[in-house]
Amino acid sequence: MALKGLDIFKLTPKTNCKDCGNPTCMAFSMKVAQGAISADKCPHMSPEALAKLSEATEPPMKTIDVGGHKLGGETVLLRHEKTFVNRNVFSVKLRADMTDEEIDSVLEELKAVDYERINERMYAECVCVECGEDKARAAEVIEKARSSGRVLIVKTRDAELAASAKAALILGADASNWEAMNGAAKTAGSVLGVSGASLAELHDTVEKLEAAGNKNLVLDLGTGDAFKRAVQIRRAALKDGDRTFGYPSVVDTAAIAPGDPVLQSQLAALFVCRYGSVIIMDRMSYAQALPLFGLRQNIFTDPQKPMKVAPGIYPINGAGPDSPCAVTVDFALTYFVVSGELERSGMPVNLCITDAGGYSVLTSWAAGKFSANSISAFFAEQDIENKLTTRTLILPGKVAVLKGEVENKLPGWNVLVAPNEAVQLVKYMRELKI
Amino acid sequence: MSFEPKLRAYTAPVFSVEVGSGERKLTLGGESVQPLCFFDKPDQPAPLIGVEVSDVGFEAEGLPELAAFYEGADTLAARAVKAASLPGASFVCLHFEGADPAGANKSVEDCVAEAKEAVAACPLPVVIAGCKNIEKDTALFTALAEALTGENLLFLSAREEDYKAMGAAVALAYGHKLGAESAVDINLAKQLNVVLTQLGVPSASIVMNLGAAAAGYGFEYVASTLDRVRSAALEQQDGMLRMPVVTIVSAEAWSVKEALVSEEDMPEWGPREQRGIQMEAVTAAACLASGSDAVILRHPVSVEKTAAFIAALM
Ligand code: SF4
Repeated sequence: MALKGLDIFKLTPKTNCKDCGNPTCMAFSMKVAQGAISADKCPHMSPEALAKLSEATEPPMKTIDVGGHKLGGETVLLRHEKTFVNRNVFSVKLRADMTDEEIDSVLEELKAVDYERINERMYAECVCVECGEDKARAAEVIEKARSSGRVLIVKTRDAELAASAKAALILGADASNWEAMNGAAKTAGSVLGVSGASLAELHDTVEKLEAAGNKNLVLDLGTGDAFKRAVQIRRAALKDGDRTFGYPSVVDTAAIAPGDPVLQSQLAALFVCRYGSVIIMDRMSYAQALPLFGLRQNIFTDPQKPMKVAPGIYPINGAGPDSPCAVTVDFALTYFVVSGELERSGMPVNLCITDAGGYSVLTSWAAGKFSANSISAFFAEQDIENKLTTRTLILPGKVAVLKGEVENKLPGWNVLVAPNEAVQLVKYMRELKI
Repeated sequence: MSFEPKLRAYTAPVFSVEVGSGERKLTLGGESVQPLCFFDKPDQPAPLIGVEVSDVGFEAEGLPELAAFYEGADTLAARAVKAASLPGASFVCLHFEGADPAGANKSVEDCVAEAKEAVAACPLPVVIAGCKNIEKDTALFTALAEALTGENLLFLSAREEDYKAMGAAVALAYGHKLGAESAVDINLAKQLNVVLTQLGVPSASIVMNLGAAAAGYGFEYVASTLDRVRSAALEQQDGMLRMPVVTIVSAEAWSVKEALVSEEDMPEWGPREQRGIQMEAVTAAACLASGSDAVILRHPVSVEKTAAFIAALM
C-alpha cells in the first residue's frame, strides 16, 4: 500500500536541514509520496527507514523482462484510470510432434507478418515450443525456434531440458516440481512460468518460489478458466495488495481453442484488453495480425497522450505528383478515418499530414496548431511546390474558415473545402472536378 | 495463508430491456457483474448476438462463404429468415442502407413493406437500423414504428439531432424500444439518456448505442467509454448510465481496409473473407470484454465463433 506524506515524514530526521534541496522535511515527504523524488535523496535517512520505505513503495505488480520485453508493472485495472504500461507480447507455438514442414510454415509466416504501423513494429515477438515426451526431437525443435531470432519460450516439465534450452521463459513449474524447475530457471537464466491446479495452489507455489529467492516469475493462467484467473489474479495484486500475485501472466489460447484460429484470436483480443502479458497462439497469419496488433496498439496507448502519425505526404490509391492534396492533422484516429475513406473513394490523392500535436482537427485548430500558417509552413518544409505538380488543395470541412487565409499564404493554389464528416468523402472525391 | 478470491457482484444491476413480443422475445442487460465475469455471481445473463441483414444485400465480391450462405435469399424477409437460422443468433437486425438518399434512396413505403414482410417471417426478435441520414431515418422510423405497432422492436438509433421525434414516435406513441446513439463519449451518452428520459421515455425502453470502431481504428476510445459507462452503472449506480449497451460491430469491421482490400491488390494479406471475419470477430470480442450487452455481426462465421467465445467464458 502506498504511504501518505505524513507517514513518510515520521521516518525523516525532521531537522529541516535542506540537504535534499527541499525547504522542509515535510515538503520532501510530500514529494516522495507523489513519487516525484525517491526517498534516498535525503542523505540523513536511517537504513531502517529506507528499507521500510522501499518495501512500502514497491509497486503492486512487478515488471518482468522476458527476452528484452518488459511485461507487467501495471497499476490500474482499467486503462482510463491512468494507463496500461507494458503492452502484451504475442507468441506463435511449435509442438515437437509437428513435422518439419509444419514448423517451417509457421516460422515463415511469422517472419513474413512483420510490418510497421504508426511508428510501431507489428510482429509476434515470441516462439513457444511445446516439448512433449521425445526429448531429442524437442531439442531439435527448440533449435529451429531459436534460429527464428524471436524470443524463445519453452513449455516443458522436464527440468533438464528446461535448463539446457536457455529460453527467455520456461513454462512448466507447478506444486510438484517447482524446486527442480527453479534450479533449471536459475541455471539457464530464464524467467519461470508457474501454474497451479487452483489459484490457491498457484499462490502457494509462488510463495515457495519467492521464499527460495526467485522473484522472476510469470503466472500461467491454464486452460480451464483462464479468464477468471486473469481477473482474480490482477484484482488481488492491484486492489487487495497481494504481492504474491503481482506478476505478469501467460495464456495459451492454442490450448484453450485447439485448431480454431478465429476463436484463438478472440481469446487473444480478450486477454489484450484484460490482463494477458504473454499471449500464445498456434500461428500469426496476416488475417489475425491485422486486427490483433491494431487492437494492442490502441489498448496500450496512454489515454493522456494521443497516438500520432508522422507528418508527411501519404500518396493514396497510387497518387502521383499531379493528384490533388488533401490536408489534415496528425491525430492517428483522424488519419485512419480519413485515409480509409479516401481509399474507399478509389480516387488518387496525396494526403498531407501536418504536425498538429496529435490532436483532432477542431482541437488543434482551436489551439492554433492547425492553421493557415502551420499548413503553409508544412508546404515549405516538405517542398511540396517542387515535389508535386498539382495546385489543388482540399481542406477539412471543419476548418472551412481557413480557406481565405490559406489562399493568401499559398498563392496559385486552388483551395477547396471537403465535407464536414469523413464518411462523405467518398462521394465528394468521386464528384471532384479539378 | 491460502488464497481466497474476492468476488465482485454489485447491488444495482444494468437495467433489463425487453425486446420482441409473443414467442419472439429477448432481454438485454440485467447483469450485476463486470463484463464477462460470470464467475462473480451465478445465473448472470450472457451477452447476445444479433445478425445484420441489409435491405439491399451485401456486396459479396471476394466473400464466397457469405454469398453462399445467402444464396437464393433475394428478399429482406428471406435473408432475415436465413440469418435467424444461425446457431448463436439471438436477434436479427434489419439494416435499411438502401434508404440513404445518397445511395439507392428507396422510398419509406417500400422499406415499410419489406420490414413488415421480414418481421412476419423472422422467427427471432427484430432490431431496426437506419441509413444514418437524419431526415430519412426520422421519416422511416416513424412510419415503421406505426406500421409495426405491438411488435416491440428495437430501433437503432435516436441521436442528439433527432431524439425528440424518435422518442415521441418510436417509444412514446408506438411503444417500441429505442437505442440512444452517441459518439464514443460517456458524457454525450449520459446527456442523451437524460433528455430522452425528460421527454418521458422510460429507462426500460432505452438501450445505449455508444458507437464503435474496428480494432486498430481508435478502439481505445470505444474500450474506455464502455469501461467507464459500465463502472458508472455498477459502482456509482448512475441511473442515467445503467441502460444496456448494443454495439454495431459489423458496419465498422467490414468498412476498414483490412476487410475491404481484395486479395489481388494485397496478395500477402491472403483471402479477403478471412480478414473480414477476423476483424469482425476480434472487434466483437473486445467490445464484449469491455461491456457490450449485445453485438451486431454480419458474417455467419463471426456469429458462430462469437457464440463459442461467449460459451467458453460462461
Ligand atoms: S535532507 Fe532529509 S533531513 Fe534534511 S530537510 Fe531534507 S528530508 Fe529533512
